[in-house]
Amino acid sequence: MSDQKDEKKTNRRDFLFTATAAAGVVGVGAAVWPLVDQMNPDASVKALASTEVDVSSMQPGQSLTVLWRGKPVFIKRRTDDEIKKARAVDINDLKHPEKDEDRAKNPEWLVMLGICTHLGCVPLTDKGDYDGWFCPCHGSHYDTSGRIRKGPAPTNMEIPKYEFVNTNTIKIG
Amino acid sequence: MSDHEYTPSSKFGKWFNDRLPLLTLANHLTDYPTPKNLNYWWTFGGILTFCLITQIVTGLVLAMHYIAHADMAFSSVEHIMRDVNYGWLLRYVHANGASMFFLAVYIHIFRSLFYGSYKSPREIIWILGIIIYLLMMAAAFMGYVLPWGQMSFWGATVITNLFSAIPLVGESITTWLWGGYSVDNPTLTRFFTLHYLIPFLILGLVVLHIWALHVPGNNNPVGIDIKKPSKDTVPFHPYIVIKDAFALLMFCIVFALFVFYQPNILGHADNYIEADPLVTPAHIVPEWYLLPFYAILRSVPDKLMGVVAMLSAILILAALPWLDTSKVRSAVFRPLFRQFYWILVADVLILGYVGAMPAEGLYLLIARVATAYYFAHFLIILPVLGWKEKTTPLPLSITEPVLGGSPNLAAARSDEKIEKSIK
Repeated sequence: MSDQKDEKKTNRRDFLFTATAAAGVVGVGAAVWPLVDQMNPDASVKALASTEVDVSSMQPGQSLTVLWRGKPVFIKRRTDDEIKKARAVDINDLKHPEKDEDRAKNPEWLVMLGICTHLGCVPLTDKGDYDGWFCPCHGSHYDTSGRIRKGPAPTNMEIPKYEFVNTNTIKIG
Repeated sequence: MSDHEYTPSSKFGKWFNDRLPLLTLANHLTDYPTPKNLNYWWTFGGILTFCLITQIVTGLVLAMHYIAHADMAFSSVEHIMRDVNYGWLLRYVHANGASMFFLAVYIHIFRSLFYGSYKSPREIIWILGIIIYLLMMAAAFMGYVLPWGQMSFWGATVITNLFSAIPLVGESITTWLWGGYSVDNPTLTRFFTLHYLIPFLILGLVVLHIWALHVPGNNNPVGIDIKKPSKDTVPFHPYIVIKDAFALLMFCIVFALFVFYQPNILGHADNYIEADPLVTPAHIVPEWYLLPFYAILRSVPDKLMGVVAMLSAILILAALPWLDTSKVRSAVFRPLFRQFYWILVADVLILGYVGAMPAEGLYLLIARVATAYYFAHFLIILPVLGWKEKTTPLPLSITEPVLGGSPNLAAARSDEKIEKSIK
């Protein structure tokens, strides 16, 4: 303290301050992390199995909503007209360009998360300006491929991982 | 805080006060010099304190009967309404109390806007108030989720999804908030915990808000600095206490009209349907007090920018003391500002109205114009008015316009504009 020049130089006390502060930050961080992470999905939520859906009774034009991981999934058996409409669109006109061929591997079946990508409402089926889906919350219009065409939603409705176990059963997840 | 020395009269009082000066505090609050010209718009601070205490007390007893579980929450609320002694009363007071709280806080905020109470040296009081307001919105939103009706569930879904607009980490934050992949039981239990916690945070901030107020003292309808204590002030007790009590009584009559005659008019019928994650109600609307911000959110056709606009609409208020460049506080002496003030009031009411309407066609257009005007008021009109507007002469004291007396320029504030206007 007596020597002014000494104070400006890095000395052993500065090292102690820095080391103590660094150890303190690591310690507090380690203590706080469990308090933060406990809010993330727990083991029982993560363990939710995949869902299998029997679609044998569905006629063309019909749609079905099932619950998967607490979220609605739309399964739509599309009519020829709806498929034609979805495939005729020029992909460059789309806000989120995706080919219908990539969204529905089997053109007759469209399986997607029934959640509006704007703020998470469940859109209404066979509604809206493009005869696909319409979200009543903030007015997003989706086409027969579930692609966003008009309104505030930023992206198309999401396609979850799914497969046909056999001709009558779809396994989601 | 020490306006003057205080000694308790009793021996025990003195002994106690030397160890914990609670009596000094009580004396400060009683004698606190208050401008004598405060009008009824100044009574809402006391009314708001009453609202907060009402919410805490009714909330505490409701929590004794409510069950925070996705399978039981809805029926436990019905149990409160039908089986619990006076449960209907307690819940209706709590639910309508939230609306009354916001009604009072909006009057309180617009009073500050009119009389320039946010200006130097009261910026910290104002910012503490904005933080309280934000916490109130968080508490109200989470409280609305607890009955686990359709509006609860979908309101929670829409609001938590606002966070998904954040680039890169948005999805993870939303999942973290939910404790799952959608709004579900983990979301409900944490919302209940936070809903219980926030009122006490607000209480703490209210203490700071009042503490900060007691440093410069109250602003007043004339908006000039006054000497305290002086001929321009009266002691808080009994003058302001009685005035506040009378206003509170009037306020409670309105409160009681809602609770006893129209307890559900401010709510939404859909919330008496239990939450269903597969069906979104045809028309989702938040509670009335959030509608203007909801209108701003929907008026922007981009998800992220919509969220940014909505948050900015609230946060811009925190910058208000620096955006309003006029040195004159009260709108009484600002003829131009006064007109823009009423346009802003109308603008916010219009936003509230279109927020309740479907976001399409003419409503959307009106919402966009009103949103643009809202921001223009704070970012363009207020800064420009500060140096363009010709204000009318300020009195030198509260009593001067009533009792007369020649203007004493030396005693006036050294602001050039004020001096010019007096000449």
